[in-house]
Parts: sequence; C-alpha cells; structure tokens
Amino acid sequence: MVVEPGPRLDNGDVDQARPLLELTGATVRFGADAAIDSVDFRMFPGEVHSLMGENGAGKSTLIKAITGVLPLNEGVLTLDGEELRLSNPVDAQRAGISTVYQEIELLPNVSVAENIALGREPRRLGMIDAKEMRRQASRVLHELGLDIDPASLLGSHSVAVQQLVAIARAISADLRVLVLDEPTSSLDVDEVAELFRVIRELKQRGVAILFVSHFLDQVYEICDRVTVLRDGKLVGEYLTRELLRIDLVHKMLGHKEAELKERNRPAASDIEDAEPLLSARGVTHAPRIRDANIDIYEGRVLGVAGLLGSGRTELARAVTGVDHLHTGVIVVSGAQQDFTSPRKALNKGIAYSSENRRTEGIVAELSVLENIVLAVQADRGIWHRMPPARQRELAQSWVEALGIRPADLDRPAGTLSGGNQQKVLLARLLALAPRLLVLDEPTRGIDIGAKVEIQNLVSELADNGLSVIFISAELEEVLRVSDRVAVLRDGRIVDTLDAADTTVDAVLALVARPSSDEEDEALT
Amino acid sequence: MTTLDTASVGQTNTLAYKYHAFMSRRASLMPTFAAIAILVLLFVGAEIFLRGDFITPRNISALLLDNAPLLVLAVGMTFVIITAGIDLSVGSVMAFTGIWLAKLLGDGVSAAIAIPLVLVGGALVGMLIGVLVQYFDVQPFIASLAGLFLARGLAYVVSLSSIKVENDAVLWLQSTRWSAGGWYITPTGIIALLVVVIGAFVMHFTRFGRTIYAIGGNEQSARLMGLNIARTKVAVYVISGVCAGLAGLLLTAYSGAGYPRNGIGTELDAIAAVVIGGTLLTGGRGYVLGSMVGVFVFGAINTVINFMGAEQSWTRIIVGLLLLLFIVVQRAIVARAERRG
Amino acid sequence: MRTIVKHRLFWPATALIALIVINTIARPRFVKITIRDGELYGALIDILRQSAPLMLVSLGMTIVIATRGIDLSVGAIMAMSGAVALQIIAGSDQPDNLGVVAVAVGAAILVSLLLGAWNGFLVSVLGIQPIIATLVLMLAGRGVALLITDGKITTVNSDPFEFIATGYLLLFPFAFLLAMALVAIVGSVERRSALGVLTEAVGINPEASRLAGVRSRGIIWGAYIVSGILAGVAGLIYSANIKAADANAAGQLIELYAILAVVLGGTSLMGGKFSIAGTVIGVLFIQTLESTILFLGVPSAQSPVFFAIVVVVVVLIQSSQLHKWARRVFGGRRSTETSSDVEVAA
Repeated sequence: MVVEPGPRLDNGDVDQARPLLELTGATVRFGADAAIDSVDFRMFPGEVHSLMGENGAGKSTLIKAITGVLPLNEGVLTLDGEELRLSNPVDAQRAGISTVYQEIELLPNVSVAENIALGREPRRLGMIDAKEMRRQASRVLHELGLDIDPASLLGSHSVAVQQLVAIARAISADLRVLVLDEPTSSLDVDEVAELFRVIRELKQRGVAILFVSHFLDQVYEICDRVTVLRDGKLVGEYLTRELLRIDLVHKMLGHKEAELKERNRPAASDIEDAEPLLSARGVTHAPRIRDANIDIYEGRVLGVAGLLGSGRTELARAVTGVDHLHTGVIVVSGAQQDFTSPRKALNKGIAYSSENRRTEGIVAELSVLENIVLAVQADRGIWHRMPPARQRELAQSWVEALGIRPADLDRPAGTLSGGNQQKVLLARLLALAPRLLVLDEPTRGIDIGAKVEIQNLVSELADNGLSVIFISAELEEVLRVSDRVAVLRDGRIVDTLDAADTTVDAVLALVARPSSDEEDEALT
Repeated sequence: MTTLDTASVGQTNTLAYKYHAFMSRRASLMPTFAAIAILVLLFVGAEIFLRGDFITPRNISALLLDNAPLLVLAVGMTFVIITAGIDLSVGSVMAFTGIWLAKLLGDGVSAAIAIPLVLVGGALVGMLIGVLVQYFDVQPFIASLAGLFLARGLAYVVSLSSIKVENDAVLWLQSTRWSAGGWYITPTGIIALLVVVIGAFVMHFTRFGRTIYAIGGNEQSARLMGLNIARTKVAVYVISGVCAGLAGLLLTAYSGAGYPRNGIGTELDAIAAVVIGGTLLTGGRGYVLGSMVGVFVFGAINTVINFMGAEQSWTRIIVGLLLLLFIVVQRAIVARAERRG
Repeated sequence: MRTIVKHRLFWPATALIALIVINTIARPRFVKITIRDGELYGALIDILRQSAPLMLVSLGMTIVIATRGIDLSVGAIMAMSGAVALQIIAGSDQPDNLGVVAVAVGAAILVSLLLGAWNGFLVSVLGIQPIIATLVLMLAGRGVALLITDGKITTVNSDPFEFIATGYLLLFPFAFLLAMALVAIVGSVERRSALGVLTEAVGINPEASRLAGVRSRGIIWGAYIVSGILAGVAGLIYSANIKAADANAAGQLIELYAILAVVLGGTSLMGGKFSIAGTVIGVLFIQTLESTILFLGVPSAQSPVFFAIVVVVVVLIQSSQLHKWARRVFGGRRSTETSSDVEVAA
C-alpha cells in the first residue's frame, strides 16, 4: 500500500499536514459480503481528490459511508480529528459534508433562492422572510462568481446551472467537504469549464473536494490526488501528477485484463463499391443534431464519437425511429423510409439499444426469458404467440451464446448485474436477426471483463454480416471496434474517418476545438 | 457558462429579456392566470347572454355563499394535491360530520362542544389516511378510498335519514346577513374566506407550506434537505379532513339539516375546481387563491345553468369539459417542452 | 406445501374460503342449494348472480390497471349504457319484442365501446394521466345519462330484457353465466395469445416496450375499450335487474369496489403482472362479505364501514413497510436481503 504524506501544493498557506476527513479500517457489509473491507481513505483541505475503480470496486459504498447513507460495520470516520457518527445524510450535512448528486437533488418548482435556503430560511416575526432569502442567495452566488437570478425557478435552468445552485446551497451551510458524484455526465465543454472554475474557487477556501468521475481526462485535469479501489479493497493513494494514466488503469484492473481481438478490417476500397444498407441525409432533430449525413454498409461498424451533448444519441434515435425526425431523409436499401416509431424501423431490420438500460431497456419484473423473447413476440404480433417450448429454446440458446449469468431463465431480469442486463438486451435485439444494430453506450457502467466480451461480440457479429453503429464516450473503444468513425461536435458531424488510420488524439482534437474550417482541414 | 443562460448587460432592458425573466420566475402562475381569464370570460359572457342581469351585487354575493362549503373543501384539497396526493374522502367526510353535528345538536349537545367534536372527527379520518400514505407506503388513491368508505358508512350509522337542525347558534351562521349596498355576506361566507386567506398565508410564508411544495417538487430532495416530510405529509391529510368537517358544518347550516346522502361526488367537484384553478395533479405547483378562482368558475357555471332553467346535470357536464380542456392544454404545453428538451 | 403458500392466489383464496366457512357456521343454510324447475336457488347462488356486474367491471379494471392505468368512469358508463338501452325499449311500442331488445342491447354496447375508446384516446394518444382522463367522464357521464333519460328514471316491462338479470340457463343464473363467459373469453385471449405478456411489459416499462417494438398504443387503447364494453354489459345487467335506468344510482361507487377486488386478487396498482383469477376471487369475496353484512342485520348503506376495514387490512398486508416492521419485531428468518440502496454495480 502506497500512502504518501500530504504534499505542499501551490495554494499558499493551507495546512496540508493533517487530513480534514479520514476513514480508517472502514468495512461495510451486505449480508456476508463486504462491499468495502478495511479501507483507509483521507481527504485534505483545499485539495481535489478522485476515487477510482471499476464497478463493484466499492466506490459508491465508500461515498455512502462518508455521507451518512450507510453505517460502518467496522472502522472510524473522523472529521478534523474528531470522530463522526453519521446515521443519515442530514447528519452529514450538519457536519459540513455535502453531496451534489448526479440526479440533481433539488426542487425544480421553487426559486433558486429557496433551494439554497430551505431548511434554514431567514425568518421575521415567525414568517419566512423572502426578501432576505433572496439577498442571502445573491451573496452566495456572487461569491462563486455566478450570475443567476435568485428569484427564478430552478426548473427553468439547465442541468449545469442547477448543479451550481446545488453547490451554492452546500456552501451556504458551512461547507468542509464537498462530494461531487459524476458531476460532468450531462455537461458540455463550456459548462465543465465553469464547474472547474468554481471547484478551484472552493479549493482556495480550503474545502476538501471528492470528485467522482469516469472521465480520465477530467480527473487528470482537476484532481490533485487519487485513491484506487479494487474488489472492495484499497489499492493505493497517489498524486495525479506522479501517476501515469496507463498505470492508473492497470491498478484499477489488476489481473482482469482480457485479450482483445484485433478486427479483420476489410480494405477501405471494398467499401466504395457496395450500396449502403442505410443512408441518411440532412438528419435534424433540433437543437441537438443538425444536418447529419451517414452511410452504413453491410458488415461494417460505424463508430460515433463525440462529447456528451454532441448529438450522438440524438442521431441514433432519429435514424431508428425512436425520436421524430424534424427534417432529413432516410433511405434503406434504395427505398425512402418514414420511421415514425421504433416499430417501423424494426420492420426494416433496424434495431436500437438504448444507453439507459434500466429505464428504456430491461423490463425488470419480467423474467430473463420474457425479456429476451419480447421483441420477437412484438414482431409476431398479439395473435401469434410463440409456443412456450420454442420460447425457452430460443432464450436458452442466447443465454449460452452470450454467457449470461446466472443462467436462470425464470429469474426477474431486474436482478441481473449491469453487464448481464446489457447482454439480455443484446440477445433480445439479435434474436430478431436485424440488419443494422445501433448500440448506444453498450459498455457504460460495466466491468472491464464484460466490456471486452461485448466489444469482441460486436466485432464477431460484423464479421458475420451485421451492420453496427457503435456509440461510446470512450474513444479507445470506438476506434478499436469500428471500421469508420463519425466524429460529432455540437450537433454536427465534423468528419468521418477511417478507424485504422487515426488516433485517439486526432479524434479528440476534432471533438474539442471550436470550429474553424481551415484548421480542421489541416488536421485531417 | 455564466453567459450561457443569462443575457449580457446591454440586453437586460429589452422586452424579450424581461419576458424571459418573468417566465423564469412566474411560470407556475400561468395556469392560474388562465383560470382567471376563463372566469372573466364567463362573467362577461353570462352578462351578455342574460342581458345585463348577471353581474349584480346580489348574484356575486350569492356565488360566495352557495359555494362556501366547496370553497373550504377546495382549500384542503389544494394542500393535498400539491404534495402529489389526492383525497377522495372529503365528500363523504363532509356528509358524515354534517349528519353527526345535526344528531348531536338534536340530542341537546351545545354547539360549542359539538362543532369542535365533529371537526376532530374529520381530522381523525384525515389522520388515518395520512398515516397509511406516509408510514405504510399506501397510494393516496387507495388510502383515501378507505377513508371514503369509512366516512360514508359512518354517516349512515349516525342516521339513515336526514335530521333537521334547530340549534340557534348554527342557524345563525347562515341566516345572519351583513349587507352594504346590495352586497351581503353571512358568517359562513366569512368563515370560507378566512379559510382561504389562512391557507394562502400558510402556503407561502411558513416552512410547513414550503415543505408542502418541496414534497410535490421532489420528495427525495426535500428529505435530503432536512425537511420534515413525514409530519407534513400526514398533516396535509389532517388539514383536508378538518376542512371537510368545516364544510360539513357550513353545509348543515346552509340547508338547515344533516343528510347522510350529501356530498356524493363532491370530491370530484373539488378536484375539478382545484385543477381548473391552476394546480397540477402531479404536484409541486398551484395556489390556494387559484383554487378559489376554480370554485367560482364552478359556481358561476352552476348559476348560469340555473338561470337558464336547464337541467342541473349540465353543470357537471360543462365542468367536465372545462376540466378536459385544461388538462389537454396542460399536456400540450408539457409535450412541447419535452420535445424541445 | 411451500409452493402452494407462495402462490399468489393463496391468500385471496384462503380469505374467501374462511369467509364462507364463517358464514356456514353462523347459518348452516348458507350453503344449502335447492333445485326448482331446473333452476338453482340458495344464498350462494344469489351471491353468484349479484356479483355479475362487479365481476365484469373488475375484469375490465384488471386489464386497465395492468397497463399502469385506471378507469374511474366505469360507473358512469354503466349508467349511460342502461339509459341508452332503456330509452330504445321504452320508446318502442313492442318492448317484449326480441328484436327490439337486441337492438337496444347492441346500441348500449356500441355506446360503451365508444366511451371506452374515448378514454383510451385520451390516455394512449394524447398521453393524459389515466386518473385525470377518466375523471372527466366520471364527472360528466352521469349528467349525460340523465339527459338521455330526460332527467327521469325510465322504466320498462320487457321479458327478454329482464331475462338478462333474472333469467336462468342450464341451472345457473344467466347473469352469472354471462359474466363467467366473458371472464373466460378475456382470460384465454390474454394468456393464449401474446396479449397478456405484452400488456404486462407495457405496464412495467412502457418506454422499453416501445423500443422493443411493442405496439403499446394499441394495447393501451384496447384495454380501455374492453373496460368500456364490460362496463356497458354490467350496466345492462344492472338496469335489467331493476327494470329501470337510474342514472344516479347505477354503478354508484362501483369503480372503488372494482379496484378493491383487483387489489385483493393480487394485481398491483402500479401495473404490470396481473391475475384475472385473482380478481374473480376478489369479487366473490366482496360479494360474500356484503351478503354477510346484510345477514348480520346491518343496513346495506352502512356496509362501507366494513369495506374500509377490508381495504386497510389488505393494504397493510401488502405493505412492504409492515413486513419490515414485523421482521424487526419478530426476528424471523435471517434474511440475506440487502437494503434497497445497494445496486448490483456498487
């Protein structure tokens, strides 16, 4: 275990010698299993600390232990040297530990000022003093350099702004430790920059910040320190400036790296001759995607790369009938299509797998069998039920082919892990023998072993003639799996590249920089 | 990012910016404005249609007094609906407290004891519902259904037929009139208006009221903010029950008798009035004053129907259609916002 | 033994049997059945016959609830159905003519179908919340029924029409056979075809079902149409029973009893998995309880108090909170159940 003494960082005279928050020997059990086991963790004031680990590593359990959601079975939590016993999140807040969750935990239907003050509103003669509340809110927002109207309804603002209001609320109550849980998942580039500015402001004030994110670039940009967990145990605590990315990934994965098959990519010239299976022109679903043109060929994988908010999902949904096309033309095998519903697209052999596995994918209370058979059954219609024996046979074969575990067909699908749920969804769509499969973030939130399995599966299917659109936030993955990559920025496709001939950095450059046509051409 | 959704200084004085700022602050008032618009239209329309005979001090005063019980019910219902709940028991509770009051008075119990007693009765039914909803995770729909059954049955247990009230104190509430130049009001009217004022005040200036909005906005968040969810959720149903009890008192004073068959379907009228008044059934948005407007819309329609000599059933039909219109428009607005987002 | 106890119908069936046993102990004549002129008579037979309207309405309600919806307008539809049928029969100069009755019945069913389609349109096409959408008809429907009967209670004397409610066929009351036939038809359609499982998918996760290509709109719309038709038939039975169209009293509170029957039968109000057999048991339980209450000499108007207790007991039993509390108090088996906070990908 490598734990180093607190470094002297650049922010002047903040005392670095003693951690502000410390967890020693922490163990949290569920039944007989320990989600975290004898973990030590510490946060220093004025520092941004990142918690890294694959799924199942114990990250979220550790966070819940610090923020009062779960009690410790063993171990001690101290804040500023004094032991802290938390029985609920409100206790944690009172101690100065606040969390900004991925799903904004504020009230959209009341004003910004009220969101900041509720629970400790200023009173006058027993009544709430609204004017004072607005004044106090203004002050806090101003301290953070934010220009938000305190009287406006929270719901009238974007997610990014709501998040900043959540931080303002945290500050207004004597903040010592701020936990940011996947704060940048829904933000665009400018919004991330603003968030980071506010984080640096908080650092100046000596707040200890826990930054939880799977975006490695961001972790390296904003964090000073990183703690790695694996299988519930502490691997180590490191300074980001002293740890190479590749080493970090190794520490997160441990021995679980699996072999990745290299794809037999057909030569680029083969592609030009064939007629595209699907051809889309001028696809627009304002404001997220505009004027997109793509061509999908049989047996080829088209990767879609771009930041969150660049229109990846919207493009996929527009092309598969999930969302309404505002304008644009879709041609499948030479005939123009009007995909007004997913049903219409499925009729043409085009299937979409949503990035929201839980809300738009798995039907939790139905069994694994019923989930797998669902699309086929929907296709056959209400009056042609597939005979139960046939259903079982079909589901069984897919469970075996994709390695779905546990292999219990009658188990409610909601009880499976994320990776296995994704496999069930794949089985459901593959059972239809589609011609084009659109996979939106199929490996998100899945452990590395399952990730590789799915990537290999996609390659195999393409080799067997299936066309795939593969969308992912992880550029390495996209390049590895795809033949060509469409790069999106701000709702437009800026270029479509040959995966074999490009690098992650080149794609990143295309994705991140503000538009200037000559410079783009110079790059490609 | 600070420039992303606020305008630069030079633009702050334009109309567009002012409109945007207004909407971002007052968007939840729009449905209530619509209700007021409808009320005005109704009045104007009726005035024209009935050739100047509608907007008279007498008719307006009667509007309040005829609908005093409904007004009180609507205030209680507003509290419940803003927490995203619903209370189907209020009509039956109103009948139960009404007949129970009549019986107590008829048995010689003094009004000073009988009235608080029936109000407590209403509160207890409300508490039952609130406890089921909060502590046993029962859906408000089902829980208040139980309350409806209970209260309706109890009304008939008290008496299978109507009981006349001869108690002076109670009758005084309705028969006394204070008039000034054609306008008049009775104590029942004052009670109803008082309930509205107190309700509006509590909603906007007390932590309890703000907690109600918080629960409707996002219950999970409200809990994390340290607000006392449990007590508040039970309390809104108790308040609804007390309001129903009060409505029972007002109705009994109005008709001079208690009748166990009263109030069948009245909870629907209350819900309709509240929704028309701009409160969203999904919770988190709405105003007590808006519900008052909704009750007046209901009452005005009823008055016009009466004047026209048409069937009583037309009132419910028209209110139903109006409700439908509101709901469809609300849905269209939400759908447009969803599509843009 | 374990599998029997865990079966979802175990508790509803046990409750029903217990109620019958209690009744039999109190009045042994309860289970006595006599035959006269090829017709069965007895307290149990009365229950079967009287349960017919509730059975039909609850059947429709089960399907609607499975789609995560609710139909509050069924009572109003019953009233309108009765009003339409009786106006036609009363308006004809041959009320005993089978043809006239057939036309009246047909018209009533058609109207009910259209009303159900209206509800379904609001919910599945316009996307309005089911409680609100059906509230409109619940509010306005009786008014319309009153208009149809011109504000009066229309009465008729028509043997073919009365047969629906009081006639017998093959030993059993016709009304009961009609209800059971419809239960059997709807039940077998749901389970023999894919409609049942697709409905459950739509109720559990409408968006996932849509993406999987399930034609949810049709399924939801259809559920309300079926509910409407069944309510229409129930309305006919009701009117045939009192030989009149009473727009105010027809189906009074029936939507609430129907919801109770569905919940008693084990279907969740949240939608998804449903059980028609459970609903049937639920209806029989309610009807038997009503009969028990009347036997105890309680005026029928006061019976809602008992049903309030039933509602409370049922929801408490089904409440997960109660299970948690009981487990804490009584210890119970050591559960490997973990708190709901734990996600599989921790």
